[in-house]
Amino acid sequence: MFLLLLLLIPLVGALLSFVIGRNEASAKSVAIASSLLSLGVFIYAAAQFTSGSTEIFSFAKPWIASAGLNFKFSADGISVLLLALTSVLVPLIVLSAADKGREKSNVFYSLVLFTQFTLVGVFTAGDLFLFYFFFEAALVPVYFLIINWGGENAPKSAFKMFIYTIFGSLLMLAAMVFLYTKGQTADLEALKSTAALMPAKVQMLLFGAFIIAFAIKMPLFPFHTWQPNAYTDSPATATMLLSGLLSKMGVFGLIRIALPMAPLAANEYAMIVTLLAIVGLIYGSVIAIKQDDIKRLIAYSSFAHMGLMAAGVLSGSVEGIQGAVFQMLAHGVNAVGLFYVAKIIFDRTGTRSLSQLGGISQQAPVLSVLFMIILLGSVALPLTNGFVGEFLMLKAVFEFDKLIGVIAGLSIILGAVYMLRLFQNTMFGEVKDSQLIIADVTGLERLVLVIISGIVLIMGVFPNVILKVSEPAAVTLLDYLSSI
Amino acid sequence: MSLISLIPLFPLIGFLINGFGYKKIPKSLVAPIGIGASLLSFISTVLVYLEFKQSEETIIQPLFDWITVGGLNISFAFQIDQLSILMLFIITGVGTLIHLYSKGYMSHDEGYGKFFAYLNLFLFSMLLLVMGANYLIMFIGWEGVGLCSYLLIGFWNKREDFGDAARKAFVMNRVGDLGFLIGIFLLINQFGTLEYLSVFEQAKALPVGDIGLMFITFCLFIGAMGKSAQIPLFTWLPDAMAGPTPVSALIHAATMVTSGIYMVVRSNVLYTLSPDTLEFIAWIGTLTALVAASIALFQNDIKKVLAYSTVSQLGYMFIGLGVMAYTSGFFHVITHAFFKALLFLGAGSVIHAMSDEQDIRKMGGLWSKIKITSITFLIGTIAISGLPPFAGFFSKDEILAHVFEHNKLMWALAMLGSFMTAFYMFRLFFLTFTGTFRGTKEQEDHLHESPSSMTIPLIVLAVLSVVGGFIGFPEIFHLPHALSEFLSPIYEGSRSVNPEFGQVHLSHSMEWLLMGGSVLLALIAFAAAYMVYVKNKSLPVADGELSGLKKVLADKYYLDEAYNKTFVNPVEKASTFFGNVFDTKVLDGAVNSLGSFTAILGKASNKLQTGSTRFYLLVMGMAIAAILLLNIGNELVDGFFSMFKAQIK
Repeated sequence: MFLLLLLLIPLVGALLSFVIGRNEASAKSVAIASSLLSLGVFIYAAAQFTSGSTEIFSFAKPWIASAGLNFKFSADGISVLLLALTSVLVPLIVLSAADKGREKSNVFYSLVLFTQFTLVGVFTAGDLFLFYFFFEAALVPVYFLIINWGGENAPKSAFKMFIYTIFGSLLMLAAMVFLYTKGQTADLEALKSTAALMPAKVQMLLFGAFIIAFAIKMPLFPFHTWQPNAYTDSPATATMLLSGLLSKMGVFGLIRIALPMAPLAANEYAMIVTLLAIVGLIYGSVIAIKQDDIKRLIAYSSFAHMGLMAAGVLSGSVEGIQGAVFQMLAHGVNAVGLFYVAKIIFDRTGTRSLSQLGGISQQAPVLSVLFMIILLGSVALPLTNGFVGEFLMLKAVFEFDKLIGVIAGLSIILGAVYMLRLFQNTMFGEVKDSQLIIADVTGLERLVLVIISGIVLIMGVFPNVILKVSEPAAVTLLDYLSSI
Repeated sequence: MSLISLIPLFPLIGFLINGFGYKKIPKSLVAPIGIGASLLSFISTVLVYLEFKQSEETIIQPLFDWITVGGLNISFAFQIDQLSILMLFIITGVGTLIHLYSKGYMSHDEGYGKFFAYLNLFLFSMLLLVMGANYLIMFIGWEGVGLCSYLLIGFWNKREDFGDAARKAFVMNRVGDLGFLIGIFLLINQFGTLEYLSVFEQAKALPVGDIGLMFITFCLFIGAMGKSAQIPLFTWLPDAMAGPTPVSALIHAATMVTSGIYMVVRSNVLYTLSPDTLEFIAWIGTLTALVAASIALFQNDIKKVLAYSTVSQLGYMFIGLGVMAYTSGFFHVITHAFFKALLFLGAGSVIHAMSDEQDIRKMGGLWSKIKITSITFLIGTIAISGLPPFAGFFSKDEILAHVFEHNKLMWALAMLGSFMTAFYMFRLFFLTFTGTFRGTKEQEDHLHESPSSMTIPLIVLAVLSVVGGFIGFPEIFHLPHALSEFLSPIYEGSRSVNPEFGQVHLSHSMEWLLMGGSVLLALIAFAAAYMVYVKNKSLPVADGELSGLKKVLADKYYLDEAYNKTFVNPVEKASTFFGNVFDTKVLDGAVNSLGSFTAILGKASNKLQTGSTRFYLLVMGMAIAAILLLNIGNELVDGFFSMFKAQIK
């Protein structure tokens, strides 16, 4: 029942915002109200979930009964956490969107809410084809956000992202239809027994198809080249949605689809995928060091972080999966925070070029402190949210293979290099343009950044609150994998 | 809320008040809050000590479970025992004095409130480091002090080079931290826990020379090399002098940089079981002590001399640890905290008096002008030079005696370093305080003794630098070694795995001889410095006029340049290449050509002109077609698979 509400609220919100939001203010109000309502419902539901009952978190209605297709939504601990991420980030993203001079606000907010609808669908789909539908549908609103409100090169970047993703989806759909015809059902739970009995070579193919689709979505090396451009050219809102939430669909897909549907192959492929993931981790980190555009720098950093998550999931250990799930939340929050700071800096100075920035902390100390906290989360300082996930994932990768673990560990050094450079070149030093008056963050901007920094610290000090929610799901998955 | 938790809580509260109230709290309240937080923490330490003294039993204070995953549970817990008590006294005691000093030193700075907030945050992190009951809590503090160090080195961050120094410190520390982290992974792997008591208990069952332990202790020591500025990770510390002087005294002399020594002493069972690691530590220490001391001979910035001196003294502490004389190494941590904090604060007072001048070639003759600073600085100089009965003599002599027993060559090198120490310190003293004033007229008119908030800490530290050594008399004096008796329980594990542990086989006459030798050496160094800089009144030449070995030393063996060449430049080049060429041209180029091929195909077959949404439908159609193909038969799958398999193999 709650799942249905969580799905319907953003959908209705999207429609309402589109219809009645002709003037700018009301569109945003609808979006805020809708996203806050979702958050409220989620919190109410989550309170029930943690108290033990999982029943409320599933919902099924036959769709085409003869074909074994159901409208089935269900949520385990991992889904619940990703729902939490979605429910928390969407209001923040809506609040952070500035309306100054925007046309067609009703469409804009409608698309944002529609994205939320699709994300909830992905994270709770209990049926292969529902998953596929939402996975694909998520791309559409973001695509339109980018081409309509993005920068000069946005249409080109968006188109590349679109084509790239569809290529992956094609493979995924093929694999799904194959699974469906073999198992005569699209129910994810029921399919497990079919998948487990499939010959290893078939599983290898299936896994290959899935992993490419998800690798493009995250993205993973070498399927990432759409990402830096898309993140950089998109309007801030779309960048936040992409980096904070949509990228998590890829990792989630690994956990929910790729591993359970091809358990033998997951083991076989673990080394190759881990290697690619760690190559991407180091490669992205190294590239980030010399980037001049703030958004591009954060984009490469984001890409690097995704690599470690994939490696964590494939390590086949509870630390790895738990770390990756935790890091999905942490990275989602931090990426939104960092891209928001980038937007705030750009709004005030008219540039995102590090070589032209400097000295902002003198005029905007509050901004610099909040930026620093989010940045510390991103460089995984203990007692911030970034540490817990990285610690667990690095440990898992290290157990998986000592050498790869050490190489992956280099990312904590590289991360400090590029992130502190970002901070120093924007906040420290002398102001390059002495005429420029940089206002400190106030009002909504401050509120959003304070909430994000608060989450960074709270998650870092009390990670167990989150880890406990996903642990049973992670253990169940591992038990299933080891039982094959 | 227990008393133990209050120790780190007060600085945290102080940080929050001054941090959130930045620009709102009146300036007159900032210092009392900052100093008060530190003082309350000190008082709590005293109370905890009194409670602890009743039973002398290790106290574990669990707060909550921090990270629980699978079978691994890391609790947020504090441990109070002899070792943490001593560290707490140093941190909160010396910390409070330096907070007090900062009240005067930073009084004209616009970032006054920010400074006290950072200092409190540092205390909090440092306290976590020494109070944690497991390696991950230590790691919180370990990285936390690194952050505070970064913030405080870059305190005057308008200057770009100061910002660079801060970043260098953080990144170099991170290199060490990675080693530490890997050590932690190995610990979990071997013991299934990170809690000290459990790890050490389990370790006692392992044989000496256990290979797993060797890796663990080695990796943890890499962390110590970063934090405690040992070769090859020491070059950040001299640059860290960009921070305000109280920071240099507190963080980069008395407390943070000694974390590495604390870590080894804390893990003494593990190290006792790993003689190879210990040997490595001893040699790294020796090398660092020598290299840093030799660089210090040719530095002319008063703080740089002290910075290299710190690196060198940290080397001595590690020599002590390396020869399994843990208490001696730790003894030097204590005495060094007194005299080096004193010297740095004295240097700060000099800089204050000299209107921010730091070049000793432009000083001279300050003895009569700033009496308290001069006398206390002289005390610090004598103490570090190892002249009896001042503090440094006792701790250094104890280390040297153990080294002599361990390895004669190492001992000779350590003596050489000790000679250089006495020389460069007296060189520094003479150039600064004796002779004639070489600064500008304006500076001379402005010369003044510092306010009492600065001189009181100097006096207290000077007294401690005189008497601090009395906590550890040599055996031959027939007086008690209070420190060694107090610390004895923490070596219970080391004693049980190594029956020889803590036994000295030197004859008394030999010990007298060694002691006499090192005192004589220090006196010769003093005399030499006196001859050169007082009698002959010679001055260090201007930068760039040195040649040969002297130039190499003055230029710090070109280590920074070497690091830039071998690490920084290649990574930056790789970054540019990957970012501007490989990623955009090669990888993305390949994708683009593939993409345009598809687009042409699409256009030709469908006259698709209106954009991507229709193309999307087309692709979906293609997907369904592909699926039908796939379902024709398993043969096809098999064929495809064998092709694929051949590819990945």
